Amino acid sequence: MLDIRRIPIPALIGLVLTALFVLAAIFAPWISPHDNAEIVGDVWEPMSAAHWLGTDNLGRDLLSRMIHGARITLFIAVLATALSFSLGAILGFSAAVFGGWFDTILSRLVDLLMSIPTLIMGLVVLSVLPTNLVTLILVMGILDSTRVYRLSRAVAVDINVMDYVEAAKLRGEGSAWIIFREILPNALSPLVSELGLRFIYAVLFLSTLSFLGLGVQPPDADWGGMVKENKDGIVFGIAAALIPAGAIAALAISVNLVADWILNRTTSLKGGRG
Amino acid sequence: MILKLIAQRIALGIVLLLAVSVLIFAGTQILPGDVAQAILGQSATPESLANLREQLGLNDPAYVRYFHWLGGVLTGDLGTAMSSGQDIATSIKGRLWNTLFLAFWAAIVAVPLAIILGLIAVRYRNGWVDKLISGLALASTSFPEFFIGYVLVYFFAVKWQIFPGISTVYDGMPFGERMQAIALPATSLTLVVLAHMMRMTRAAILNVMQSAYVETAELKGLSAFNVIRKHAFPNAIAPIINVVMLNLAYLIVGVVVVEVIFVYPGMGQYLVDHVTKRDVPVVQAVGLIFAAVYISLNIIADIGAIVANPRLRHPK
Repeated sequence: MLDIRRIPIPALIGLVLTALFVLAAIFAPWISPHDNAEIVGDVWEPMSAAHWLGTDNLGRDLLSRMIHGARITLFIAVLATALSFSLGAILGFSAAVFGGWFDTILSRLVDLLMSIPTLIMGLVVLSVLPTNLVTLILVMGILDSTRVYRLSRAVAVDINVMDYVEAAKLRGEGSAWIIFREILPNALSPLVSELGLRFIYAVLFLSTLSFLGLGVQPPDADWGGMVKENKDGIVFGIAAALIPAGAIAALAISVNLVADWILNRTTSLKGGRG
Repeated sequence: MILKLIAQRIALGIVLLLAVSVLIFAGTQILPGDVAQAILGQSATPESLANLREQLGLNDPAYVRYFHWLGGVLTGDLGTAMSSGQDIATSIKGRLWNTLFLAFWAAIVAVPLAIILGLIAVRYRNGWVDKLISGLALASTSFPEFFIGYVLVYFFAVKWQIFPGISTVYDGMPFGERMQAIALPATSLTLVVLAHMMRMTRAAILNVMQSAYVETAELKGLSAFNVIRKHAFPNAIAPIINVVMLNLAYLIVGVVVVEVIFVYPGMGQYLVDHVTKRDVPVVQAVGLIFAAVYISLNIIADIGAIVANPRLRHPK
């Protein structure tokens, strides 16, 4: 069993912070002191007992917006990661199992997509697509699935030549069985440690897009969008924009700490599933 | 032999670039339905829709438009911006130079610093310096570019007023003033790539230091300096070139965000501006230039690795 005292301190800090962010996101409407769009005071009020983090560029409570922002940020990042993982893993495993032209075409296409920085390709595509949550999740998920594809194909190629896969093929199992019952369980360990990194990347990518004004559209705002809303205050010495920016950094670091720990744990168990 | 290898790399790069141009072009055509309608919105009049279709050449099939566009790009004609009617090539010229200027100074600081810090981390590996460097690397891969940028602005531009928070540059600006203007964006860019470059340099040198010939050199009594100079460094050059080029390519992505933070008149800001305006010709042109720079840096990394490898330099 997992003993809490045996978790290293950095991982523990990461776990606690990640849990806090997730809880804030889930219970946002109940714990936030004010409504997301409610104007409660003056523009850019400093931190006070009434408004713990002060108010934003329109006089809305910053703490409430941060809590609601956590919800949007995590929601989109989780869905995009889920999409990139299922798409990338299924295509990667299929490429390894089927091989031949299917593998060649898919792999060259992925090479091509990866030869342009993700942000640049994202901007090119978003210049013609409508800006809404569905497009955002699809674009983020599909562009990121190229990384998952590479990893899962590499892992699956190694597993595909194992004796037990050979045995399954000889007893006449179909491709779906090979992919989901033979390869998937054995490829899970490296994929799970990659999951954390892909999630961080999704959070950073989403925040960057929103900061550039191409992600979540007002009046809703994720943390990146809140940086954009409050950035003009920086020149006047108002640090409101640094709070959502810092939250993104804190979330990314905590997930990183947890992912590092899981990676060490699973590799030290030599093939264990952690 | 070696020239043939290099020629192959370059040819491969050109093929890749052509494929990327198809991808970028296709990327702006993926919208099901009418691009003109999407750009102008639901309230557009039939006349303005017809005009825009004519202007974008939407009445031709996609492959005709692609070759028309590609032909223009190859002859230096990038088309005209829809939003302003200006020639794209003319608007880009000054901006491309500004971006390269910024990226150049960021690289000049970041590359030697990363290599020196990487060497220090190897020298004191598993000590506190090494731990600090890994910690910083973890943090910096988790920081969004705008967090670093605005923290710098908040302290250096607002609290202490050492450098300007908005990087205004203009033609004929004196060099000193220009450097002052780009101080903060160049520092942000440096910080964005530094830690990652440092960690990869450290890994590359450690990898070489653990090989058998370095141990032999140590055992036959060479001084630590000579071991590094004669045995470790020549073998670490290829991976280090790779590290440097990969991270310079990463600068390209950082530059987009950093230019927006500091309102710096470069390619990144130009691209983001015109994505927001849905100005497809500009987005295609700038996207292609960014892709071309990125691919070129990767090819230079490949060639550098080939040239640094004696087995390829002196074929049997």
